[in-house]
Amino acid sequence: MSNVKKFMYINNKAPYGTIYAWESLEVVLIGAAFDQDVSLMFTGDGVYQLMKGQDTKEVGIKNFSPTYAALGDYDINKIYVEKESLDARGLTVDDLMHLVWEDEDEDWAEKDSIKVVTSAELAEILDQQDVVLSF
Amino acid sequence: MSILHTVNKSPLDRTTLKSCLNLAVKGASVLLIEDGVYGAVSGAESTQMVQDAMGDVAVYVLGPDLKARGVDESRLIDGVKVVDYDGFVDLTTDNDTVSAWV
Repeated sequence: MSNVKKFMYINNKAPYGTIYAWESLEVVLIGAAFDQDVSLMFTGDGVYQLMKGQDTKEVGIKNFSPTYAALGDYDINKIYVEKESLDARGLTVDDLMHLVWEDEDEDWAEKDSIKVVTSAELAEILDQQDVVLSF
Repeated sequence: MSILHTVNKSPLDRTTLKSCLNLAVKGASVLLIEDGVYGAVSGAESTQMVQDAMGDVAVYVLGPDLKARGVDESRLIDGVKVVDYDGFVDLTTDNDTVSAWV
């Protein structure tokens, strides 16, 4: 019997204004040690977490955005971004960090981790999860 | 009497910017800080509301909070002025009252 469950982490808040985005990332990284089937979704203001070019020097708080690039090394490569949320904010996938993972079944070919999906597609993905954690 | 409004929440997550703009009278200043800076960008669902208000009120945005969030100044609505922390202090002292929308 397999003990692998499908975990979905929902990220719905902007970074820095609250601690949720950072806490979610911490939990995801801790959870990665347990070899579960992990997906992340970014909806609403959560899409702002993935903006490239974040520079927190002048506000005196830690810039945790480079950490998202490490997710691929933890076999976390299903990062879903809701298209409607990007559209509402005047953003496209080109405004987001380029996150990749290496597929060991294809000679470590580098592949994109971020998948832009519609709300309807996201609803189906969410429906397949065993555990959902919302931040 | 002049008033400075500060807004620190995202306009697509909360209604504080909308409430603020509804109550900001001609000559008032609005300073977007923290997650409020997302209200200063063009091409978003919140853009029109801010542009409509800019006929009567001056809109400012805190530069360090923009940079932290990776929002380039080229994205800003035309006419929004970027200020640093010194500019924040100037706005506070130049106005008679500060209304902090939280």
